[in-house]
Amino acid sequence: MLSEQEKKEIAEELEHLPRKTAGGLEALRVVQKYRSWISDEAVSDISEYLGMSETQIDGLASFYNLIYRKPVGRHVILFCDSISCWIKNADNLQEQLGKHLGIKPGETTSDDRFTLIPVACLGACDKAPVMMIDDDLHVNLTEEKIKEILEQYK
Amino acid sequence: MEKPLTGHIKDDGSQLELKGYEKEGGYRAVKKVIGKIDPENVTATVKDSNLKGRGGAGFGTGMKWGFVPMGEDAITPKYLVANADEMEPGTFKDRLLMEENPHLLIEGMILSAYAIQASIGFIFIRGAYVKSVDRLEKAIHEAREKGYLGKNILKSGFDLDLYIHISVGRYMCGEETALLNALEGRRATPRFKPPYPQASGLFGNPTIVNNVETLCCVPYIMEHGAEAFKNLSYTDEGGTKLYGVSGNVKNPGTWELPLGTTMREVIEEHAGGMMNGYTFRGALPGGASTDFLVNDHMDVKLDFSTVMNVGSRLGTGTLVVLDDKTCPVGFVANLMRFFGRESCGWCTPCRDGIPFVQKTLEAMEAGKGKEGDMDVLESHVEFMGPGNTFCAFAPGAMEPLQSAMKYFGKDFKQHITDKKCAWKGNGK
Repeated sequence: MLSEQEKKEIAEELEHLPRKTAGGLEALRVVQKYRSWISDEAVSDISEYLGMSETQIDGLASFYNLIYRKPVGRHVILFCDSISCWIKNADNLQEQLGKHLGIKPGETTSDDRFTLIPVACLGACDKAPVMMIDDDLHVNLTEEKIKEILEQYK
Repeated sequence: MEKPLTGHIKDDGSQLELKGYEKEGGYRAVKKVIGKIDPENVTATVKDSNLKGRGGAGFGTGMKWGFVPMGEDAITPKYLVANADEMEPGTFKDRLLMEENPHLLIEGMILSAYAIQASIGFIFIRGAYVKSVDRLEKAIHEAREKGYLGKNILKSGFDLDLYIHISVGRYMCGEETALLNALEGRRATPRFKPPYPQASGLFGNPTIVNNVETLCCVPYIMEHGAEAFKNLSYTDEGGTKLYGVSGNVKNPGTWELPLGTTMREVIEEHAGGMMNGYTFRGALPGGASTDFLVNDHMDVKLDFSTVMNVGSRLGTGTLVVLDDKTCPVGFVANLMRFFGRESCGWCTPCRDGIPFVQKTLEAMEAGKGKEGDMDVLESHVEFMGPGNTFCAFAPGAMEPLQSAMKYFGKDFKQHITDKKCAWKGNGK
């Protein structure tokens, strides 16, 4: 079942859409905000609320890369691996970061603290290399700087 | 020089709020136009200004608007969508406008919506632009309170409601018909054209999708006129442009300059030239899906038609620089990793072809290139070229590859004959 808060926020988004079925992405975003990832149960909850099939909702959830169909850690690291960051050594940095955390891209640390996800260009190329942790953008990364930044996220 | 896009932005990077924006002349164009000038005349003025779409395609904005059905028989509501899904690798210009001058986009949207008589606007923005979303939400609220948005704007009888759609990823959403599918709550796959969105777009209704920077040009055009806008540029394509440079240059960044500024001026003066110890080899002029320009093109004026005449595209106008310490094969392999991952999978050439090219290039990088690989790559450029795929995604992906083989072919071949990458050990 969707919580009252989830229903309220989805309903607000639906107000300016001509049909309920257009709200699948808004619903996924709202539910993920509260549950951190989209479980089979969440897919089913959303499909029931919007009057769509579970397959339709899963079709969306599995297409969009910022919707997570697997559990993620308390903090999600989106590490840019596109061209401007790559020129500035991002591949090496990402590898070092993975080693430091003991995980490969797409995995979550065993203490559920971090999930590491490589992503497309984050639009801060003049400050490459860059990454986001949760809602925060971190720029001009170096190996040392990354370790310091990680300490801010418990 | 006049800077209609960034002239009023504060130096400290903080948000220009409604009061400050109005003090700088903001919303003057809305007051001048809404309810006072015929919508058709707004479109005509924008057509005369020769404003070309800043999202990458460079299509005439006024002409695009001209295809929207007008008059009482037109289907309503019509929609205006700001494409704020800035995800082209190497592109970081719309972020600047939305974070630091959100009211300019809102004013541009009011004027543009009025021109096509759209009553609903969406800002389709990527979820990663958290600060932009916050500031736009605040600005929309301010504008609504002041009567610039909502019902009966400035007592003109014109209505416009503006909403933000926070997107949940995928580069494909930048393609306008895929974007419309995403807004309708579908997978972001492209639509068959025709019908074009101008006639049948969002929810089947007439829709215009414009890039953020494009919409931000409209207030100046409507306040100062088409001639003044044309006079801002060095060529006959009107206006200023947000140029950017990233890569191993001394001072990477974004600058508003007259459209038609040369690549030399952008790189050497504004970006400060190459970092010490690095030599320029080439640049993608406007994101990952444009052809390389090289040293011979330093004095090319960066506008849409001039860059096209030398075999590339201006694209988004944010340059990614390739230097001599960076492997061109690795550079293109990185682009293919991006395109392969972001392909929506709708049509086979793109879904299967790009990863094949990626693997071929990565094998070359690893010293496992084979005799004949160049032919394999050439044939893929052709198979994924214009006309062979459903949308412009794969042809765009092939642009840096084909031009890299043209200008840096020797480096590609050397990987195959030496069975190694000569740049390995440079940390890449």
